[in-house]
Amino acid sequence: MAPETLSPEDASLYESLLDGDHSALARVITKIENRTPGYRRLLSALHGHTGDASVVGVTGSPGAGKSTLVDKLTRQYRNNDETVGIIAVDPSSPYSGGSVLGDRIRMSSTAGDMEVFVRSMSARGRLGGLSMATADAVKALDAFGKDRIIVETVGAGQNEVDIVETAETVVVVVQPGSGDDVQLLKAGILEIGDIFVVNKADMDEAAGTVADLEAMVHMDETSGSGVVGGHHGPDSTDREPASGVDPADTGNAADTKDGWTPPVLQTVATTGVGVDELRGALDAHRTHLAESDEGTRRRRRRAETEIRRLLRTDLGELAEQVLNRRGGIEPLAESVAHRKTDPYAVVDELAEPLEKAAEDAFEPKDWVDGE
Amino acid sequence: MSADQTQRATRCLVAKVGLDGHDRGAHVIARAFRDAGFEVIYSGLHRAPDEIVQAAVQEDVDVLGISILSGAHNTLVPNVIEGLKSYDAFEDTLILVGGIIPEEDKTELKNLGVAEVFGPGTAIEETVDFVREHAGPE
Repeated sequence: MAPETLSPEDASLYESLLDGDHSALARVITKIENRTPGYRRLLSALHGHTGDASVVGVTGSPGAGKSTLVDKLTRQYRNNDETVGIIAVDPSSPYSGGSVLGDRIRMSSTAGDMEVFVRSMSARGRLGGLSMATADAVKALDAFGKDRIIVETVGAGQNEVDIVETAETVVVVVQPGSGDDVQLLKAGILEIGDIFVVNKADMDEAAGTVADLEAMVHMDETSGSGVVGGHHGPDSTDREPASGVDPADTGNAADTKDGWTPPVLQTVATTGVGVDELRGALDAHRTHLAESDEGTRRRRRRAETEIRRLLRTDLGELAEQVLNRRGGIEPLAESVAHRKTDPYAVVDELAEPLEKAAEDAFEPKDWVDGE
Repeated sequence: MSADQTQRATRCLVAKVGLDGHDRGAHVIARAFRDAGFEVIYSGLHRAPDEIVQAAVQEDVDVLGISILSGAHNTLVPNVIEGLKSYDAFEDTLILVGGIIPEEDKTELKNLGVAEVFGPGTAIEETVDFVREHAGPE
């Protein structure tokens, strides 16, 4: 959407953000979080300026050392003169809706450096809305021109998985002794990780956790197909195709997961051990995405998710409007609770005008030509 | 159509600035603010004024609560306020100071732009109510 359609206030925010004004960036993210009327136009105008940043998602259980690791990684990027944006997501209390966002405490090695933009976010009780707000905030950071964007979140459920999936590369941080391999399977982290990091690798249980992860990563790999995918994994060098041909190009691309075997790295975030390797693995994965079809595939999938989410949000609002016109949910709930009617019949009746409107809208003309 | 509902939350930065290492009070305030439904960002200990400014600007907070028990408030608070002004973030931030502040310094701090000073013995509800009244959703 063209920036001309913005309100005067938003237009000046838009200009200032693209000019590199950090206060404007902060205020745009506030509008995104608050869903202040007009925020979508703002994002719509910013969208064309995005796509250049490297976006990494970092997830793992509480206390695994995510923030400390992100801090050390950020330090390295800054030494390299790259600018960094960080979205730190914390859960909110289901009781008061309030939250204490403490990730900034760990981001101390770059404190005071404005080129590192840290923003804390919480769920605000919205279902699925957090991942949308996160993705939108990433967009603002991207348009601003941050080179590296890191989204950090506690990995504990679907919400978090949705959040990290807005990233190009997902790093799963595990701490030693976090249970046997079945626990790791249960946690459902294997499917989302592009890179696994066993942090606090100076602990005794580290070797076992690394071995468990390695075993599961490779089991995943061999169960997928006959083609060995990995050409970046730390211990897969002996299987690397001699010609350097990407396995994804061999015609078996559909069988291999994506031609990438997630490496299992070891770090001690507090001292910085292994952070170089993590940075290397992140760059390797980025290169892999750029050179294989997987990057394009992921970009398309993210766009699909975004369109669906926005559409569902709007349709959900429309449904609320219908509900309000029918006198709100209370009387309906009352009659369902007293078995005077059932929820299915209620919803059939509520949805009917929407269905009819949709039919009327599409029947006479091809909707693609419409508007 | 963009119809999703506005979801405003009061955002607060609870900050420990300077060299004093006593953060029990800051923790209590952080918890009370959370329980009041605010989003609280806690700075951690021993922050320099420019670090507090960075956090307040980036997090775009409605409330900045500075806890100082070291007696250095006459140096630290003006530094923070100057920093906020340089980022054009002073006007829309409610600045509170908590800790041991002598009576004669309170007026001076308020003249600088501190909205209120809360000393020892202040009831938690009083602080929460003050925030609700002065920094509630617009």
